[in-house]
Amino acid sequence: MGDQVLAPPQLLNVQINGVWHQFPKGTRVIEACEQAGSYVPRYCYHKKLSSPGNCRMCLIEMGMPKMGPDRKPEVGADGMPLINWMPRPQISCAQDVSEGMGVRTDSPLAQECRKGVMEFLLINHPLDCPICDQAGECRLQEFSVEYGNAASRFLENKVKKPKNIELGPRVTLDDERCILCSRCIRFCQEVAHDDVLGFVDRGSHSVLTAHPGKRLENNYSLNTVDICPVGALTSSDFRFQMRVWFLKETKSFCTSCATGCNTIIGTREDVIYRQTPRENDAVNSSWMCDYGRLNFGYLQSDTRLLQPEILAGDKLIPAEWNVAITHAVAQLKHFSAWEIAIIASGRMTNEELWLTSQLAKILGVDLIDIVPRTGPGDDILLSADRNPNTNGARLLGVTSVPGAKLREIKDDVVGGRVKALIALGENPIEIGLTVEQLKALPAFVVMNILSNDATEAATALLPSFGFAEKRGSMINGKGRLQRLNRAVRGPGQARDDWEILRDLIQAYSGRNGIYSIEDVFRQMSEAVPALAGLSLSKIGDLGVQVMESAK
Amino acid sequence: MDYYFLFTSLAKIVALLAVVLGIMNYAVYAERRISALIQDRLGPNRVGPAGLFQPIADAAKFLLKEDFTPRHVNTFYYWLAPCLAMIPAITTLAVVPFGSTLFGVPMVIADINVGVLFVFAIASLGVYGIVIAGWSSNSKYPFLGGVRSSSQMISYELSLGLAVIPVFLLVGQLRLTEVVRYQIEHGWMIAPFIGDWANLHKWLLAIPMLISFVVFMIAIFAETNRLPFDLPEAETELVGGYHTEYGSMKFGLFFLGEYIAMITGSAIIVTLFLGGWHFPGIPDGSHGWGWGLVNIFVFFSKVAALIFIFMWVRWTLPRFRYDQLMRLGWVFFFEIALVNIFLAAIILAYFPQ
Amino acid sequence: MAITVARPNLTFRERLYLPAILSGLAITMKHFKNMLLGRTKVTMQYPEEKWDSHLPEHYRGAPALVRDETGRVRCVACQLCEFICPPRAIKIVPGEIPAADRFAKVEKFPNEFDIDMIRCIYCGLCEEVCPEQAIYLRKDYAITGFTRADMVHNKEKLLEIGGVMHGVVLKWNEKK
Repeated sequence: MGDQVLAPPQLLNVQINGVWHQFPKGTRVIEACEQAGSYVPRYCYHKKLSSPGNCRMCLIEMGMPKMGPDRKPEVGADGMPLINWMPRPQISCAQDVSEGMGVRTDSPLAQECRKGVMEFLLINHPLDCPICDQAGECRLQEFSVEYGNAASRFLENKVKKPKNIELGPRVTLDDERCILCSRCIRFCQEVAHDDVLGFVDRGSHSVLTAHPGKRLENNYSLNTVDICPVGALTSSDFRFQMRVWFLKETKSFCTSCATGCNTIIGTREDVIYRQTPRENDAVNSSWMCDYGRLNFGYLQSDTRLLQPEILAGDKLIPAEWNVAITHAVAQLKHFSAWEIAIIASGRMTNEELWLTSQLAKILGVDLIDIVPRTGPGDDILLSADRNPNTNGARLLGVTSVPGAKLREIKDDVVGGRVKALIALGENPIEIGLTVEQLKALPAFVVMNILSNDATEAATALLPSFGFAEKRGSMINGKGRLQRLNRAVRGPGQARDDWEILRDLIQAYSGRNGIYSIEDVFRQMSEAVPALAGLSLSKIGDLGVQVMESAK
Repeated sequence: MDYYFLFTSLAKIVALLAVVLGIMNYAVYAERRISALIQDRLGPNRVGPAGLFQPIADAAKFLLKEDFTPRHVNTFYYWLAPCLAMIPAITTLAVVPFGSTLFGVPMVIADINVGVLFVFAIASLGVYGIVIAGWSSNSKYPFLGGVRSSSQMISYELSLGLAVIPVFLLVGQLRLTEVVRYQIEHGWMIAPFIGDWANLHKWLLAIPMLISFVVFMIAIFAETNRLPFDLPEAETELVGGYHTEYGSMKFGLFFLGEYIAMITGSAIIVTLFLGGWHFPGIPDGSHGWGWGLVNIFVFFSKVAALIFIFMWVRWTLPRFRYDQLMRLGWVFFFEIALVNIFLAAIILAYFPQ
Repeated sequence: MAITVARPNLTFRERLYLPAILSGLAITMKHFKNMLLGRTKVTMQYPEEKWDSHLPEHYRGAPALVRDETGRVRCVACQLCEFICPPRAIKIVPGEIPAADRFAKVEKFPNEFDIDMIRCIYCGLCEEVCPEQAIYLRKDYAITGFTRADMVHNKEKLLEIGGVMHGVVLKWNEKK
């Protein structure tokens, strides 16, 4: 895309609430108003979707330049055109700005019209905010504060519609709450390319439903829950789990594939309740896939490792951290460099990979690689590379071709040439080793989150943190450096991965002046040219491009 | 060996101790109830009928609490101090005649001829308990309490001693039973209307006697560390004063020692000024053992009345400032007592019977 | 800056102090006498005398969950009380009412509802904020227990205290 030079966009003069502004041609009026500082309420309009103009909430007063007899705009005392106001309000979402246009967003007429629209929308809306998951982030609630009436004038019975319907495996529909904005329908058509939703019946009896024989089960279905302005579509996973006003929101990104969709993690008291996408036009627009969104339960699973353990006799016993670290290092010291292999992970952060490479350097280990992890990708967001930080592993020299050395590591373990194996966040059984072969190893140091057959075979077990529990950076498939923020505290005695690696290194070579993750990043940015001049805080919420986009 | 004397003395000691300790316990209860009534409250009324078992509960609590010795104290003196506070107060009672006779036995444990000197000698030892407690606690509030106590006691002992001299000028003997006998014959020291009321000599003498009585009584307040002279304890200033570092029964000994001292002081006042066990119209124990018991009852009734006054004053008056206390002792009561001696002497010399 | 307070000039009578002391003694004796004669009103003797019978209507005792006439637990686990509670005494775990249930239309109910009565300050904000007329401050005030766990009122205990509330809005019935 790089070689064609874009002409500078033509700027148009638009008067908004009495003040003249300039906007590029093609800007929607509703966007222009928002940029000018007056937010126009809307239900159906979403800037990433088409504008059907069917909710009528964004009504404004609009005018065009007054034309003189010479077909030229008449100019007022301030040198700007005089405006001929239209007698009826217009919707601001389906119209682009034009030269000399005038807009009044808060005029009595516009206010009155929105009040009318609100009253109609609320006529059949149930009074079930107390049980509605949307309560707290509901547009209908928000705009009711400004444009709603405290009492209803509607005396008749409300229309009954289907409630609590499974629209798909992950989405629940309540048609009584639906205000027929059609955002979900347009999302499925335009973004997910899976046209399953539509309206049936007429007037007050219109309902949203899936097309006959179809279900909303595509991998992007939960985005409809996000964009639903009311509580009609709710997430079956999050349903009734926690009210949204309790959630602490931490900006993070999804680590389930190399795309790294930006997210907000909703937590309360160290429990993760949901992940929602965060707008980042360089990565994921406003969406994320259901697979990544729901892939956090393992952080709260019962199989989390909570306590460092060391092998004493023939079974693992709990140990203090310093004991476990010394034990692991003492074991490794028995072996020469060619007898040690390291299996790192493409799920580790840059800081952890950097420390891993430092550890490999100190040990003199050459047999080091990450485990590639692939799955079917799609052309929307989901990447075929399911490791979030393959690019980081490449950049920091942990691997050049991911997985290339795994075969050698496996053969050497089986053949007995490798006597000490360090598995960082990976399960060596996945590369074809058996539990018996691992148990036969004189030294098998495992740092992981969850227990599995391989952790049972460890001689030193070091429990570490998951993506929501630590800080750090990763480089996504397109070469964008992004930052993880800590959303919850780690469970039990588990520790931050970089601290464990730092302690292992220090147990070998003494103090290295690393006291915080910022120190790790500084050391790393001094050594790696692509990261020069960066720090964790400079990455920002939206990330920084540090590598050329992969083809 | 006079077994009869030994036996009767032992019986008297046991009986007196029992009665006095009982009064002491119930004085605490009375103090709490009276202070409550004065302050429009009810006071302890939960333990037993009308709270009458409260002293038993208190005693059980004192005895059962952990007997804790802080690390920073001088242990020997720390343990000695509560005993020194209690013993002199009880010992003083030995010379006080608390009744006439019962079955021919005089109701006084030790009728010695230096009675009042013995009282002062022993009572003065009481200050050691407090001073040693203050010093051995090795802590600043008890220390200040101890210092205050020693200077206060020394100051008021002067007035105390001088105030009783007119009584002995009149009686001519130090033996306390003689003082009581004199009052039975000539009427109470401060009540000339008892006995031959028309005697002008008695009315004249009543003036120095009344002054003696007031000075002596106030000095006793000071000696027993009762409000308004409770500067050694002074909760609001010194936390607990000399007994800040004490707990359990050791604190209990200080606490109860104060009440014993009050009882002893009242007993001496009754003996010296209020006619002892005598009440007009009631014959002595030689007319039957019933009258002997009545005499004892009269004596303790008088003591009880004085104790009530002690309490009444305590819950009425605020504490003195330290300089006021000293000025009152040295400039005021000392002079008054001194002048009073001359007054009594002059009356005795120039207005003979 | 130090302020010098002017000492009052006392008359001779005042300097004697005796009249003041005597009048003080008279005052305390008056109180003593009035107490003895039962003329002074004293504090309520709590365990024997209680003011249960004349608690005002607006009395704020222990918070409790109520049922309505149809026997439904009014609470729908909206967690607004948990949110508003200043000492954070309330903890709710919401649940979903199974489709076969008589009240399936309400969809949501409190699976667990704990109020820590050690924390509760009886402010009544939970009652005020409740959109479902489900939580009321009742007149129970003697909340006691031997352990901290005893002092946490669970859902059963809260419903037991709360009982049935009559005359509340029945907004979940089918007619609405």
